[in-house]
Amino acid sequence: MMQSKRIAFWSVAPLVAFVLIGFLLQWMASQGIGFFDWWFFSEVAATGLLVGVRYSLVALGFVLIFKASGVFNFAQGSMVLFAALTFVGLLGFGVPIWLSFPITLVVMWLLAVVIERVVLRPLVNQEHIILFMATIGVFYLLEGGGQLMWGSQVQTLDIGLPHGRIQLFGGNIQLQEFEIVTAGIAGLLVAVLAVFFNKTRVGRALRAVADDHQAALSVGIPLKAIWVIVWTVAGVVALVAGITWGTDLGVQPTLSLVALKALPVLILGGFTSIPGAIIGGLIIGCGEQVGEVFFGSLVGGAIQDWFAYMLALVFLLFRPQGLFGERIIERV
Amino acid sequence: MLYREAGQFKTSYAADQALFPIRQDLLGFGLFAAFALFVVPYIASEYFLNTILIFFLVLVVASIGLNLLTGFCGQLSLGSGGFMATGAFAAYKLTTAFPDMHIVVVFLLSGCITALVGVLFGIPSLRIKGFYLAVATLAAQFFLLWLFNKVPWFTNHSSSGTISAPPRGLWGDSLYITGPQASPETKYIFLVVFVGLLALLAKNLVRSRIGRSWMAIRDMDIAAQLIGIRPLVAKLSAFAVSSFFIGISGALWAFIYSGAVEALAFEITRSFQVLFMIILGGLGSLLGSFLGAAFIVVLPIVLNLVLTAIDSSIDVGTIKHFEFMIFGALIVFFLIVEPHGLARLWQIAKEKLRLWPFPY
Repeated sequence: MMQSKRIAFWSVAPLVAFVLIGFLLQWMASQGIGFFDWWFFSEVAATGLLVGVRYSLVALGFVLIFKASGVFNFAQGSMVLFAALTFVGLLGFGVPIWLSFPITLVVMWLLAVVIERVVLRPLVNQEHIILFMATIGVFYLLEGGGQLMWGSQVQTLDIGLPHGRIQLFGGNIQLQEFEIVTAGIAGLLVAVLAVFFNKTRVGRALRAVADDHQAALSVGIPLKAIWVIVWTVAGVVALVAGITWGTDLGVQPTLSLVALKALPVLILGGFTSIPGAIIGGLIIGCGEQVGEVFFGSLVGGAIQDWFAYMLALVFLLFRPQGLFGERIIERV
Repeated sequence: MLYREAGQFKTSYAADQALFPIRQDLLGFGLFAAFALFVVPYIASEYFLNTILIFFLVLVVASIGLNLLTGFCGQLSLGSGGFMATGAFAAYKLTTAFPDMHIVVVFLLSGCITALVGVLFGIPSLRIKGFYLAVATLAAQFFLLWLFNKVPWFTNHSSSGTISAPPRGLWGDSLYITGPQASPETKYIFLVVFVGLLALLAKNLVRSRIGRSWMAIRDMDIAAQLIGIRPLVAKLSAFAVSSFFIGISGALWAFIYSGAVEALAFEITRSFQVLFMIILGGLGSLLGSFLGAAFIVVLPIVLNLVLTAIDSSIDVGTIKHFEFMIFGALIVFFLIVEPHGLARLWQIAKEKLRLWPFPY
């Protein structure tokens, strides 16, 4: 009950914040600082939201693995890159899209099996920090391996998403069509995952593992199989994220750094909450765009690089469990 | 047979707690230090001194710094690059603002400034643990680099955003260690002494009360609190001391190793590089910091030689990717098989050496 109340609150609060920031900017413009226009402001905010959906998608991969295995998977970013590279590479061989998508899925599944076998299983019962550093190793392995196999030049990815612009409100707001489509895909994926987690047998097992490894083992849930499933699902999410980001930026090594931005998203949303990952992504995406366009010019630009992290830092200081996270953080 | 401590009795606590309780260790270390100081500068080529030894010594300082924080106090940081940049730019601002200040003082002061910045970003560690902190340090990494890139004050309004080290001598206008007149030999000898002293400082810190409190926090913070260690003081001091070392390393990098540097030299890959050094070298071991740094410096060079020997037409990018993969694989391998890193291998070698050449 508390949870749904909080979610409702945080769905309304951003709207209020949006209007307040709008008035602040209007006031600043009237004082001669920067410029302001409600339509333009809304357009920037909407673009930010659509970018934010893609951040959420990457963050979702982190949350899935963290929930199920308590491993903070730093390699999620490079999984995004790896999946996108594999996908593009297959397309480059002339494999049609409908075939290369399942092939990439199989590759991600194999990857999950290998990671579970080679990395996670020997490190069972180790401290979180050790597992975290191991995933940094995986990060480098995938980043190097993916580029070694498929090359490191920027590759354009075009899977037939529309590229036009949509006019809203009589042309006052223009949005990229493909951003709307990707946002739709991401929303669909989230819905599917929510059903998967809440309604299926496997999903229940996943939640049981997340709560308590040993208790789950003792009621007969196969821990190893569950881990493979989780990493596979994270791989699927990574593939979708990779395709959507790759369509926007091209498939290139910086994709894995884009994925790093999912970390502040997680801090904002809370590490264990799927709705948290979504709303966190939206806030970060929107805040980043608005900050860059309206405030960035005042301090020299490119504040996109750190805005998300500093926002997360503020959150860490005042609300370390994030918006929807469980209060499991061990206070020191 | 040679490496036996039999017969070396300790009659006082001071003797028991000496840095090198075993005579052979002391002798070996002395010989090694003498070799590094008096022989290496004469036999090493300029290339070898500049690109390998000086680079190694600069990285050792950063590696010691991060090891104090991560290895000894258990706080993971991904912001080493940002703190190195802080040290570099602090040193630059100091030495251009006060040209008469001795360069060593400048290095130490820039370390202190970095320590302040480190404490600032370390404050979240009081509320959160583990990888949450990694995100906080990532914030430091990105924010600091952006700051040095965008605010022209830090580079004294240089149009390229690059800071270049002004010539500074150790003794008035002689014995230059920075700037174009500095000879690699002088730089190298200065670094050996300076880094040696810093390592001694680190060694004594971790043997002292404060270092013990770090290790207690790392091993179990609740138990540490129960025996009267204040986590606030322990963690923040670890952050401060670690940043002090990392800042000095950044200053040495900018002034002695490369001579001219821009903020981009300290990107996030640098942070990972330093982290890899301590994982491979050995978490919680100062010797590990040295071994890890040596490994990280030497591996790319060896890899480059080997791969070009196999296939001379191989391109730089491919080598880079191989390097990435090998580092990644080694990290996973070491974490699983030998979490104490190269330093532990050295320990095992010493155990074996005690019996050598007899089987038992």
